[in-house]
Amino acid sequence: MTALAFADVGCVRGGRPLFAELAFALHDGDAALVTGPNGVGKSSLLRIAAGLLRPSAGRVVRDGAIGLLGEAHALDPERPLAQALAFWVGGRATAALAAVGLDRLADVPVRVLSTGQRRRAGLARVIGSDAPIWLLDEPANGLDANGVAMIAAAIAAHRAGGGIVLVATHQPIVLPSARAIALAPCG
Amino acid sequence: MRLTALIRRDLRRAWRGGGAAWPVAFFLLVACLFPFAVGPDAALLARIGGGVIWAAALLAALLPVDRLVGPDVEAGVIDQFAVRQLSLALVGFAKTVAHWLGFAPPLMAAAVVAAGLFDLSAQTLLRVEIGLLIGTPGLAALAVATSGLVAGLRGSGAVAGLVMLPLAVPLLIFGAGSIDGGGGALKLLAAVSLLLTAGAPWIAAAAIRAGMD
Repeated sequence: MTALAFADVGCVRGGRPLFAELAFALHDGDAALVTGPNGVGKSSLLRIAAGLLRPSAGRVVRDGAIGLLGEAHALDPERPLAQALAFWVGGRATAALAAVGLDRLADVPVRVLSTGQRRRAGLARVIGSDAPIWLLDEPANGLDANGVAMIAAAIAAHRAGGGIVLVATHQPIVLPSARAIALAPCG
Repeated sequence: MRLTALIRRDLRRAWRGGGAAWPVAFFLLVACLFPFAVGPDAALLARIGGGVIWAAALLAALLPVDRLVGPDVEAGVIDQFAVRQLSLALVGFAKTVAHWLGFAPPLMAAAVVAAGLFDLSAQTLLRVEIGLLIGTPGLAALAVATSGLVAGLRGSGAVAGLVMLPLAVPLLIFGAGSIDGGGGALKLLAAVSLLLTAGAPWIAAAAIRAGMD
């Protein structure tokens, strides 16, 4: 069974406490929406969930592989999109590109893609990774209305298949019955 | 993700635009500076030629040091390796192999040209080539470890030189020493190179990990 759980997790960055005693548990098909103003620790929360950052207190339980969409797309800029993506997801690149509506740009170098197209490419990397736990940091940044709807659909399909999604955003994304994790400035 | 895929990716990035031409051109340019500086004394040039080739090789290995790890950290590639539970030491090792493949074989070919410039004997050239074959993996490993340490720093190129050059001195001493020192120096060169090749990926991994916090 897939699971992602925070037990009284605290985070201190640069000597400044961001959040403390954060606790939640997500299981098959669950989603959570992390909201809050800039600098409140949304990205840090996701990096802690991904295991990239050590929490200053508490424990994180991860049961399942992680698919992370961070600020950077992590695709080699000089390579054609399909090949850059295939480095991460292998043979699933074509299907993943089709899922985010970029299949016609498979032969275009990543560096000439627009901001929104790069965001979609990053999401294709997460979709193709086949990981049950998705961590999406501002997935709707730079996307048009179609793109936001596409993300909502991809998340719904992932949850229907038993996946977990943790989204940090300040933009409206429709996540039916998602847990809300509202971060407020600490102290 | 397989080791060969990591090596192929780094090698492709190193060879993109310019390819093997950069380290070779840089190496030959450095080697050419010495005759201008010390004058056209054939006997003197033949005597210092081997040492000059070693110093030039060291600088050629240092050349791409701010491009080995830093761009991958910035582009989020290292993060993606980490969430895939890929050992960062393995990533460091792959980078070492790719860096070595990118600069050492072209440089060993260019050393033949440099030997001509200094009028080195065939026997001396052979010793230089054997030394380079043994010593360059250590240089590549040192470059990757340095690159991990300075990743994310501003002006990383200059800091990288200050970090790497002193640590490369043993390779330089035993490498240049093996030209007329013989077997003993060669064994010490191999020992230093092996130590660096084995240890540097772990140093690079620890440095990258520390930089994430």
